[in-house]
Amino acid sequence: MDSQGLLFRGARVVDPAAGRDEVADVHVRDGVVADVGRGLDAASAEIVDADGFVLAPGLVDMHTHLREPGFEQKETIETGTRAAAVGGYTAVSPMANTDPVADDASVIAEVRAAAARADLADVFPVGAITKGLEGEVLAEIGEMVEAGVRLFSDDGRCVPTARTLRNALTYARAFDDVVLADHCEDASLSTGQQMHEGISSYSLGLAAQPAAAEDAIVFRDIEMARLTGGRLHICHLSSARSVELVRRAKADGLRVSAEVTPHHLVFTDEDLRTYDTNLKVSPPLRSAEDRDALREGLADGTIDAIATDHAPHAVEEKEAEFDRAPHGTIGLETALAAALTELVAPGLLSLSRVLEALSSAPARLIGARDHGGPIAAGRPANLVLFDPEERWTVEPPFVSRSRNSAFTGRELVGRVRHTVRHGVLMVSEGKATR
Amino acid sequence: MNEHLLSMHDVTAEDVVRILDTAESFREVGTRVIKKVPALRGRTVVNLFYENSTRTRISFELAAKRLSADVINFASGGSSVSKGESLKDTALTLQAMGADAIVIRHSSSGSPYQLTKWVRGHVLNAGDGTHEHPTQALLDLYTMRERLGRLEGLRVAIVGDVLHSRVARSLSFGLVKMGADVTLVGPATLIPPDAPVWGVQVSHDVDEVLPKLDVCYLLRVQTERQRLEYFPSVREYARLFGLNRSRVGLLPEGSLIMHPGPMNRGVEIDSDVADLPQSVIEDQVTNGIAVRMALLYLLVGGRGESGEEVPGG
Repeated sequence: MDSQGLLFRGARVVDPAAGRDEVADVHVRDGVVADVGRGLDAASAEIVDADGFVLAPGLVDMHTHLREPGFEQKETIETGTRAAAVGGYTAVSPMANTDPVADDASVIAEVRAAAARADLADVFPVGAITKGLEGEVLAEIGEMVEAGVRLFSDDGRCVPTARTLRNALTYARAFDDVVLADHCEDASLSTGQQMHEGISSYSLGLAAQPAAAEDAIVFRDIEMARLTGGRLHICHLSSARSVELVRRAKADGLRVSAEVTPHHLVFTDEDLRTYDTNLKVSPPLRSAEDRDALREGLADGTIDAIATDHAPHAVEEKEAEFDRAPHGTIGLETALAAALTELVAPGLLSLSRVLEALSSAPARLIGARDHGGPIAAGRPANLVLFDPEERWTVEPPFVSRSRNSAFTGRELVGRVRHTVRHGVLMVSEGKATR
Repeated sequence: MNEHLLSMHDVTAEDVVRILDTAESFREVGTRVIKKVPALRGRTVVNLFYENSTRTRISFELAAKRLSADVINFASGGSSVSKGESLKDTALTLQAMGADAIVIRHSSSGSPYQLTKWVRGHVLNAGDGTHEHPTQALLDLYTMRERLGRLEGLRVAIVGDVLHSRVARSLSFGLVKMGADVTLVGPATLIPPDAPVWGVQVSHDVDEVLPKLDVCYLLRVQTERQRLEYFPSVREYARLFGLNRSRVGLLPEGSLIMHPGPMNRGVEIDSDVADLPQSVIEDQVTNGIAVRMALLYLLVGGRGESGEEVPGG
């Protein structure tokens, strides 16, 4: 369809996988990067004036909830991947907590088929660790591996016992590059919780869970990784102690990785003082000290990736009493801008490090070899072009079917202009092309 | 004054004085044969009660009626609420009916905040979950000031399940605001560990605290099973923290015993103690009506039909 291709002229090319950050032209043709360099000549290509814009590998979200099958009133694979594309993502990993649960190859195939029909982002479905997410019987991991699944998680629920996690980590060692991701939370401390435990929760009168609910399980999980030699990923880290535990595990040479969400990098428990249900998330927003530790952990590489935990919920579910509203915020359309505004603009992290955490690191973790760069001749053309200066205010309507954004009303800097997936514009001038 | 009363953080010390002074002038109305003034004639006050509370609902109902407002009681049992209508839809319905003020009692903390997003009328928090109960705090402040002549410098202990008590939160915030000296007393599991940030002190030894008090404020002990994980037994609670006949002697002369009701006689307070002259529990109830009249008047009735200020008192 674009046999002449696209020529991005004069972009600031930030390519963490290649260690590149320089102004260059990038020529995309036949689904791949044809050439990168200065003063490229591709007379017949469509020229995109990218002066002042950043061209980077397409973003990769290793932790998304697309809700299909089962919860299509919240999101579908089509609306969710369109939101992803508009947010600059070319690949996403939807979690297994659908109905039916993605705990066998048939559900994985169904998700893949719907993603292919929507044709808006590459979708790498996550398989469940245990059948029905019930924490008891291992799901058919081998069959799902054959179906191409690399990342497994019971996300939304913590693997309940050390014994089950031990067996899963050990069993999964038989398969190459398989990663088990755990939602770390001690249910006896977290059941019924509405927020982080601290002076804010006491003042607001909301049932709360301490950071120790996460820390205790992160410690347990790391010890199981040590015991089994298994490959462990910690979902959405939220506490300072947990960051330190992961830092030490990595120093010990364990095969452990971790992610953090944009909302945990930005908000704290004090932001809940108006009982805004869009800020009710799991794990909860914690103290400023915890947030700062997450930023440090992301800067020094303890935390590998930024993952959205995009969790759409219907309006009527979120417009309710605080303790009745479900947990979660949408995040695909705001993740890049939130990171640019809150991490890069104040000088806490380099642009390159943020883009690594948003693209090449998660691409490596989920085995999305076509994504995350490097931006080099012959490589699949999965790219995002964004304006690092554009200011905008987050407000409905969203491309996602839901509008429960924690960032609603907030001014952010940085906006996606084009998203290119396998050489094709999924998003042009900020708008989805399909 | 703020547009709504959701929390004791919504009022300044100056506001508190104004509310208590206004209540004092309304207190007299309750002693008349015809207990009624025309201040809110033509205004509509809705009591939206999602939780049973005879005491607070009747107090608000009487307060509104004595101000000549039209009062609608909307209780969750037997209404559209029990048919699964959301708080938002109920709010929009009340809004469409022209409610000038909505008094809400709800088991979910923060519900009054949610309500303010959906209605134009004034919202008064009549107790939300384990968050706050500001009108209770104000009637307690009224009672303390009436009996002891001041609030500043008063030494007050709040004894019991502070962690789950909306009364304790509102009263602590109110007392600290007025310059009182507050000590929270109870089992360590029932006192927020960060409470000193609120400007209060914490003790787990009631016998050590009692001799230094002007007011001993007892909270109702919740004896439901889910509360019992916080302390071994009601018997042990009564033994360590209950205000019994022998312990009451530790209180200085002239000090007050208060309780927001309903009491568990024999648990947090002995029956004999509840009936002592220094126990002002019935005064609290009577004063509640005057304080709620003052709040409705100041929030809703502050402006007449043409928008002019109606003289206070």
